[in-house]
Amino acid sequence: MSFLLLVPILAPLGAAALALVLGWRPLTSSVTVLAALCVLVSAAILGFTSGSGTRFGIGNLFRADALSVAMLVVIGTVGTLATWASIGYIDAELAHGHTDRKGANLYAVLVPVFLAAMASAVLANNIGVMWVAIEATTVATAFLVGHRRTRDALEATWKYVVICSVGIALAFLGTVLVYFASLHAGAASGDALNIDVLLAHASRLDPAVTRLGAGLLLLGYGAKAGLVPFHTWLADAHSQAPAPVSALMSGVLLSVAFYALLRVKSVVDLAVGTGFLRTGLLIVGLLTLLIAASLLVVQTDFKRMLAYSSMENMGLVAVAAAAGTRLAIAALLLHVLAHGIAKTLVFLGSGQLQAAHDSTRISDVTGVLARSPMIGITFLVGLAILLGLPPLAMFASELSISRALAGAGLGWVLGAALLFVVISFAALVRNGARMLLGPPDARSPAITVPRSVSAALVTGVILSVVLGLTAGPLLDLFQSAATQLGGTR
Amino acid sequence: MTQAIYNGVLNLAAGAFLLGAVLIVWRRELASIVALLAWQGLALAAIPLTEGIYHHDAALIIVGVVVLVLRAGILPLLLARAVGTEANERRESTPLVNTTTSLLVTAGLTMLAYAVTRPIIALDPSPATRAVPAAFAVILIAIFVMVSRRRAVSQAVGFMMLDNGIAATAFLITAGVPLIVELGASLDVMFAVLVLGLLTGHMRRTFGGTDLDQLRQLRG
Repeated sequence: MSFLLLVPILAPLGAAALALVLGWRPLTSSVTVLAALCVLVSAAILGFTSGSGTRFGIGNLFRADALSVAMLVVIGTVGTLATWASIGYIDAELAHGHTDRKGANLYAVLVPVFLAAMASAVLANNIGVMWVAIEATTVATAFLVGHRRTRDALEATWKYVVICSVGIALAFLGTVLVYFASLHAGAASGDALNIDVLLAHASRLDPAVTRLGAGLLLLGYGAKAGLVPFHTWLADAHSQAPAPVSALMSGVLLSVAFYALLRVKSVVDLAVGTGFLRTGLLIVGLLTLLIAASLLVVQTDFKRMLAYSSMENMGLVAVAAAAGTRLAIAALLLHVLAHGIAKTLVFLGSGQLQAAHDSTRISDVTGVLARSPMIGITFLVGLAILLGLPPLAMFASELSISRALAGAGLGWVLGAALLFVVISFAALVRNGARMLLGPPDARSPAITVPRSVSAALVTGVILSVVLGLTAGPLLDLFQSAATQLGGTR
Repeated sequence: MTQAIYNGVLNLAAGAFLLGAVLIVWRRELASIVALLAWQGLALAAIPLTEGIYHHDAALIIVGVVVLVLRAGILPLLLARAVGTEANERRESTPLVNTTTSLLVTAGLTMLAYAVTRPIIALDPSPATRAVPAAFAVILIAIFVMVSRRRAVSQAVGFMMLDNGIAATAFLITAGVPLIVELGASLDVMFAVLVLGLLTGHMRRTFGGTDLDQLRQLRG
């Protein structure tokens, strides 16, 4: 059964190999969608067959437990929607001359490689291998961000690669220090970085060295997760990338990087107590919320607005992780899934708006609901999720995070976080209303929506409504993941 | 190899490694910065090679050879190709921090490295671990180079120096991370440097130069 563990990695890699040979064409893009669907299906099978146990593969190099499966569900869901929409999106880009054959072929290869790297990151049992996988996402997405090859795209790519590489290098230094501590706690050199071995030896890890390593890991993975102080690449990269890639980066990659922090936290908490990373996550989370909220207020570009909204949500996730209770972790996972779907809806919509207006300025776009009900309504649903309106899923997750914070004695944090969330709420409502409502201007260009993009959007809306009404078996999954991470209260 | 020779070679390698970083801060010619980086890669490779010979560890010697080929050969060559041929492209632009101040900052960062690494040395006071402050100093100096230089190639050199420093730390305190992680990490670094090299080329074609001060379009 260890083969099942490798399906989420091998399926996208197979699709990438096919695309490498055949280039961008209907066959390869459909195979990529199927590969993303494979990730989702194998996550479901893994979830139903292993329950709350942990399953290992290839000599303990890989593992699947409830937390990995929960992340695979997010990768599979957003991956399927985004690759589905890619079919129509890239064909339209080719038709308008925004990209050429070579660019499309590169896109066809890099997107499935990106998916495979994220799947490896959440399935790795060795935190060194997890690091390699997360760094591989930077390499895979670098040329996706620069897809349009304009001046701005080049600038965004450079900042993205440099800042994320430095951040992730610091995470590697942290990993080396954890390895050093693990060796001195008596672990064998071959498996001293395995999560199960680290957890077993956690109480004997040297506290001073572990603290140094944990600080570096927080800074490093925080950079990839869009947390302060290495957040400056995020808005540039997310606004310049092609829409389906923005959806993947914003909706999944940020949370995969945060997943790495959750894994590290479970070990560090046992070694040096919960106080150290809680303080770190609270500082970083609240500062991220502050910066995201203040930049959302002054934003004039709708893709950057969505990027800062992602930052705001990652700040909230960091604060929830700091609380660390069972309720907080389960709510965090629901939040991540709901955010992934919502960001897919709004980024795919914004891609079509950008294509129609050849601009990403909020003031250039008006009356979308009347001009294109498809984009208007799906954008509205995505925005409603992000705003945390009931009955959509983020209402439940934000409510649970608030309850968890109050329960963990972090009332002042709850107060500050709520203030920033309300500011962001106001900014999103104001800008969203300006774009969606109002009478259509006679001179406004027509908004065309390729068939595959509509299909992905409608599926996304159905998923968000279902997830809002009932999380079903996912709730059990999230709860056993939370229990596994050591959240007992 | 006797204990005395082992200690001597290890300290020499760590010293040369740190000296390489200081010289990179001092120089402004992009070509000589890249050449210094190759020398630094040589000093880095000497660490696993010495430890491998001393401890009779064949795997570590192989890793040392890989490090030598990659960091003293392939990666500097990739960067050397990214250095332009036009006269105004071969030197670092007027620096944000002048050379004297830069060298003083470097000295300060080296002292900081000694302070930061105290818990590591306290856990395992072996001769190799005692050289770890030099590796940490290179990491801090590399970050300083990345924030104070304005040429794309200089930033790439800073990134590689950062990576050299981390690799040196790994070799000094743990005789290297497990092989699979080492291989993966080297591959990733190679790709990252390749990406930076390609981007430098794109930048020269699009902006007509590689001064990073031109990257000012995206803000807010």
